[in-house]
Amino acid sequence: MTTIVRYILADLLRTRFALAYTVFLAIVTMALFQLDNDPSRVTLSILNIVLMVVPLFSIVFATIHYYNSYEFMTLLLSQPVKRSTLLLSEWASVAGTMAGSLVAGVGIPSLIYGALTQVLPLLLAGVAMTCCFVSLAFLASVMTQDKARAIGISLLFWIYFSMIYDGLLLLVVYSFSDYPIEKITLALIALNPIDLVRISILMEMDVSALMGYTGAFYRSFFGGTTGMLFCIVMMMIWILFPLWISRRIFMNKDL
Amino acid sequence: MKALLLILLVCLACVTQARRITVKEDVSLKNAVQNAIAGDTIMVSAGRYKPGNLIIRVPLVLTGVNQPVLDGEGRFEVITVQTPGVTIRGFRIVHTGVSSIEDFAAIKVIAGHHVTIDNNIIEEAFFGIHLSNTDSARISNNIISHTEQPEESRVGNGIHLWKCQGAVITRNQITGHRDGIYFEFVTGSRVESNFSHHNLRYGLHFMFSHQDTYLNNRFESNGAGVAVMYTHHVTMIGNSFIRNWGPSAYGLLLKEIRDSEVSQNIFESNTMAIYMEGSSRITLSGNEFRTNGYAVRLQASCDDNHFARNNFKGNTFDLATNGSLVMNKLDHNYWDRYEGYDLNHDGIGDIAYHPANLFTLISERIPAAMVLWRSFTVYLMDRAEKAIPSLIPAGLQDTAPMMKSYDRLASTR
Amino acid sequence: MIVLHQLVKQYGNVRALNQVNLDLKASHSYALVGPNGSGKTTLIKSILGLVVPTSGTILINGSSIAGQHNYRRQIGYMPQISRYPDNLRIGQLFEMIRNLRSEYRDVDEELIQSFGLTQIMDKRMSTLSGGTRQKVGAALAFLFKPQVLILDEPTAGLDPIATDILKEKVTREKNAGKLFLITSHILSDLEELATDIIYMQEGAVYHQSSLHELQTETGQSRLGQAISMLIRTREQKIKELLTP
Repeated sequence: MTTIVRYILADLLRTRFALAYTVFLAIVTMALFQLDNDPSRVTLSILNIVLMVVPLFSIVFATIHYYNSYEFMTLLLSQPVKRSTLLLSEWASVAGTMAGSLVAGVGIPSLIYGALTQVLPLLLAGVAMTCCFVSLAFLASVMTQDKARAIGISLLFWIYFSMIYDGLLLLVVYSFSDYPIEKITLALIALNPIDLVRISILMEMDVSALMGYTGAFYRSFFGGTTGMLFCIVMMMIWILFPLWISRRIFMNKDL
Repeated sequence: MKALLLILLVCLACVTQARRITVKEDVSLKNAVQNAIAGDTIMVSAGRYKPGNLIIRVPLVLTGVNQPVLDGEGRFEVITVQTPGVTIRGFRIVHTGVSSIEDFAAIKVIAGHHVTIDNNIIEEAFFGIHLSNTDSARISNNIISHTEQPEESRVGNGIHLWKCQGAVITRNQITGHRDGIYFEFVTGSRVESNFSHHNLRYGLHFMFSHQDTYLNNRFESNGAGVAVMYTHHVTMIGNSFIRNWGPSAYGLLLKEIRDSEVSQNIFESNTMAIYMEGSSRITLSGNEFRTNGYAVRLQASCDDNHFARNNFKGNTFDLATNGSLVMNKLDHNYWDRYEGYDLNHDGIGDIAYHPANLFTLISERIPAAMVLWRSFTVYLMDRAEKAIPSLIPAGLQDTAPMMKSYDRLASTR
Repeated sequence: MIVLHQLVKQYGNVRALNQVNLDLKASHSYALVGPNGSGKTTLIKSILGLVVPTSGTILINGSSIAGQHNYRRQIGYMPQISRYPDNLRIGQLFEMIRNLRSEYRDVDEELIQSFGLTQIMDKRMSTLSGGTRQKVGAALAFLFKPQVLILDEPTAGLDPIATDILKEKVTREKNAGKLFLITSHILSDLEELATDIIYMQEGAVYHQSSLHELQTETGQSRLGQAISMLIRTREQKIKELLTP
């Protein structure tokens, strides 16, 4: 597996996309630091990037990569290579590339502006988010034989998790506004990786005070060890579960 | 009339037996205070005294030379004044007793008037300066601090006034107490240029205290900011409310305040700069709201309030309300989020500004909706709202938003 | 060496392979021919394990390949379309595949040499022409001296000189006891390379014989004509059977 990862990574790190993604993130981060002196507000803006840009770019890039390397994957599979090894290698390479770009693109400017400690939790969350959406991209890719359709499914995943789900959540909150529904919303939030990252990062920051009782409830939960573990475990599930399903499908897929 | 009588008395005392006594140790201090006659001046030399509880029963001047230390040994109230016309000046008073029944204070005045307390340093006191039924007190240039941070019930207020009139409280610095300045039934008083910071609860807290004026004070990083209640005719001008941050901290909480003025104040980096509940006929003008969580949070129970010529800059939410703003007035404010235009160049935007956005409206009605804060959905909601302003109820608007911010020299740091 | 028994592959309603039985032997070179969609690619992919058969078995040297991957050590595969990661150098690609099969010390670099790939080892894949990529694919297929070589349209993108080199190599290896399975649309190439003909149609093996047999049976020396003759006579027979 390490052999495959090493070479695919060597290839991916040289792609124009990875470079452009890194530069894009770096420019945006630098601009944010230039425009605003308050590191906590910059962190909030970077949070927006992690919540919107990272999932979209990760899922689209991973899907395109899967279909671009289709022939190469069949070539490798004509070698004595296990299918699961190949799929996991591909996943590790793509996730590694995207996560590396994120860490370099956001981390280096933050380091230069001396705000790395504030940004660090965000970077970790961003890496988890990247892994999760690469997993979802692989799921979308193995669900079909057609590149265009796979990209379509990927975009649907993204739209669902970043927009539709929150709309539904708002509907739930609205419908049950007379009841104490914090625990239920907590469960619902955990069912969307974007929401999970957003809330857990917000709770680490001072601004959570603006969220009133809801914020206080989440803060007491996410501030403790249980909340932290819950967050990590849920994120792991969000990374591993789609990957596990895509592996299962890939094992018996006709290439 | 009372005052005249007092002056007469004092003059009389001066004429007859005005004495100047210098004391150097505990016993002579106690004796001097016990045996004092009206008009005495007791000079206390530098040193450390453990006088127990000094009770002052006649008008006198108690002066510390080179800041002598009066130590309450954690057991006593240090000075208790039970008579008008007393001056206490220049002491360092430390470690009063702590009690859950009695309000032990470094300096307590009961039913006196025309007392002056100035230039004292009070440290680790349960209550700092405690006045009740005392009119025309002058409290100035005292530094009152509590550096140990016990739980709220183990520390009292810095300056505590109950049923007083015409007090003048200036240039004091209070830190580490429960409330920095606490008023209950205090009227016609002036609080000026004090610095109240890092107190456990409120920097300033008053109720039923009418016709008081607060000028140029600074309230910073207090546990819950400033809260004022059940009062009319309050004047607050030129104060700074800074960094009062936390889930239940307010720059200024106005609860059932009416016929008052809040002008030219600076509100910076507070969770909620102004929170208003059941308040009416307040004029809020010329204030500066900078980088607060909520600049103004207005409950539906407020009416006839007027926000004018304020600057709103860099706040997360400019205005939140659970009702309709129709009953309150907004005009000539500067909002940094305003994206309108000014065709006739009169400095006033041609279209009205809606300071309460859709998301705050929703989350005021359904607080649990806050879970969606900073999500992409809410971001889209904000954008949609900018494109289609009619999403907001019509009443919530500044009819004459300013194109440029008011230039004020006030600097806070 | 390779035995296919009652092999069926169903894609939805389409039966891509319909009870295919084949027995492929070493030292033979099988030409797999048939119209588009006749199941040639599915058959190759089944042997490579890229397609999982609906039913039936594939035995290589007597053992089933279902769920296995190590049998592919004995197979060299040259795909029809060769696409490699854009930013990899040719050298890196060979290095990678060699690392994957580190148990092989003894490699056959003859094609690398004769295709002149040695001189361009540090070129990136994205800069290569289709023909060069085919050369890389061919060289990779022969690299580990496999017992079975599966070549999918091997001469499609190659220039005449490279084609000759490859043909020569195939002939030599076949004589050395290797088994070849070759598809091509260029029947003249197959004529030179194949010893046996497998003609597929609608997922089934329509005809299997040695090239020589086919030529004598149809009386045609050209493979193309032989095959069309074959089809025509078959159709005639069917017609005769149907008309009373």
